[in-house]
Amino acid sequence: MSAAILIKNISKHYGALQALDDVSLKIEQGEFFGLLGPNGAGKTTLISILAGLATASKGHASILGADVQSNFRQARRQLGVVPQELVFDPFFTVRETLRFQSGYFGIRNNDAWIDEIMANLDLTGKADSNMRSLSGGMKRRVLVAQALVHRPPVIILDEPTAGVDVELRQSLWQFISRLNQDGHTIVLTTHYLEEAEVLCQRIAMLKQGKIVALDTTANLLNLYGSVKKDGEGKTDLEDVFVNIMSGNAL
Amino acid sequence: MSNLTPVPLEYGSGFPTLLRKEVKRFYKVGFQTVAAPVLTAILYLMIFGHVLEGKEVYGVLSYTSFLIPGLVMMSVLQNAFANTSSSLIQSKITGNLVFVLLAPLSHFEFYAAYVLAAVFRGVVVGLGVFAVTAWYAPPALVYPLWILIFAFLGAAILGSLGIIAGIWADKYDQLAAFQNFIIMPATMLSGVFYSIHSLPATWQVVSHFNPFFYMIDGFRYGFFGVSDISPWDSLAIVACFFVVVSAIALRLLQKGYKLRSHQEAILLHYAF
Repeated sequence: MSAAILIKNISKHYGALQALDDVSLKIEQGEFFGLLGPNGAGKTTLISILAGLATASKGHASILGADVQSNFRQARRQLGVVPQELVFDPFFTVRETLRFQSGYFGIRNNDAWIDEIMANLDLTGKADSNMRSLSGGMKRRVLVAQALVHRPPVIILDEPTAGVDVELRQSLWQFISRLNQDGHTIVLTTHYLEEAEVLCQRIAMLKQGKIVALDTTANLLNLYGSVKKDGEGKTDLEDVFVNIMSGNAL
Repeated sequence: MSNLTPVPLEYGSGFPTLLRKEVKRFYKVGFQTVAAPVLTAILYLMIFGHVLEGKEVYGVLSYTSFLIPGLVMMSVLQNAFANTSSSLIQSKITGNLVFVLLAPLSHFEFYAAYVLAAVFRGVVVGLGVFAVTAWYAPPALVYPLWILIFAFLGAAILGSLGIIAGIWADKYDQLAAFQNFIIMPATMLSGVFYSIHSLPATWQVVSHFNPFFYMIDGFRYGFFGVSDISPWDSLAIVACFFVVVSAIALRLLQKGYKLRSHQEAILLHYAF
């Protein structure tokens, strides 16, 4: 069985800046995987390479066995990406936006599925509203819907809850968790470490373009959580993150 | 909710959808993209037709009759350019181009969809200008096939130039400069308003270096069967120009120049 995401010795540099330095990573099918790191660690660059928005300076990456460069059609069909920024096309309604996105992937007559996604994301009432008229939270839901419209088995969410209210965050995580239970592979980047701790089975931490920690969430908590707490109090992922990033980890 | 486990889906090309989206984009703002250029062309016809009333061109044509095909073609060219260039720069600046870039579209599908939508808008505006201006002086349609060939090639060339400009420009100001300092002068000095035989010898030579001249002259030949140079010569030059600008546009799209790297820059801006 192919890995959901396989990254082999990926490096990326922008002039003198080394954004990624020989990163290798294997994410199995069905995992809920967290990709954490401070700003500038290389998370978004790695996602860009997987999504075909950037080309690696060195190394290879594949989605379910399809190389993201040489077999880009297959790789992109199997990948849904929820971008971090609230981007939208102001010319169209929600339903038009989703129909177009479906069509870009060459899928016709997808209205039944589009209706189902909208129902699950509480977008049905806004189906014929222009994208400009939506609130930030609604636009965020449309971004999630756009990523799912071609039924990708692998979904990457880049800071999906940045600036989102508590209610939407909870409903979004319920929905994403259900997708994961249905067999989808989920890769999440977030600065809300409590979310990552609850949701992710495995976590990789990036620092200055390198993976500095990669393990199950439970193991990370056991191995690195006690450094700061000296065995007292409840260890959480934030402790682990701070310890690893500051170099205090054992 | 039904199980979201991947099921075998029938995938076609994303090209027809991208084409439809680009057409619908200009259709939604039809007053700006179709009605306004038709009105502009009518104003040109009324002003120049009135001022130069009684003047003949090629010894047989009234000035108004001569002017109409030029105005039609000028509208076709300018609107084909506007369609691709404005769509690309808007999508780049607002960031929604990412939705197209994430899709399994090849650079050729991307190019074909944008250029064909530009041709469609150019032809729609051209037909509008023709339908309205023909009331002033019904022109002949001596060789309709030449009209169609030059309209298609001209619009495709300007659509391709629009892609190049839209990719190159990082802000609206740069795109406006491309339009106002390159496209507009090249169009206005291409023989829309005059036969180059009426120019001094030096400017006649200069005009032959303007590829827009051949588009207009060949297009006008289709109406009257008369032109400044042979339509076959014009066709050869226009076809070569089409190949060159298409190759440049396709290469830029293939490399993702300022498109994929632009999205990356936006992402990195947020990341850092």
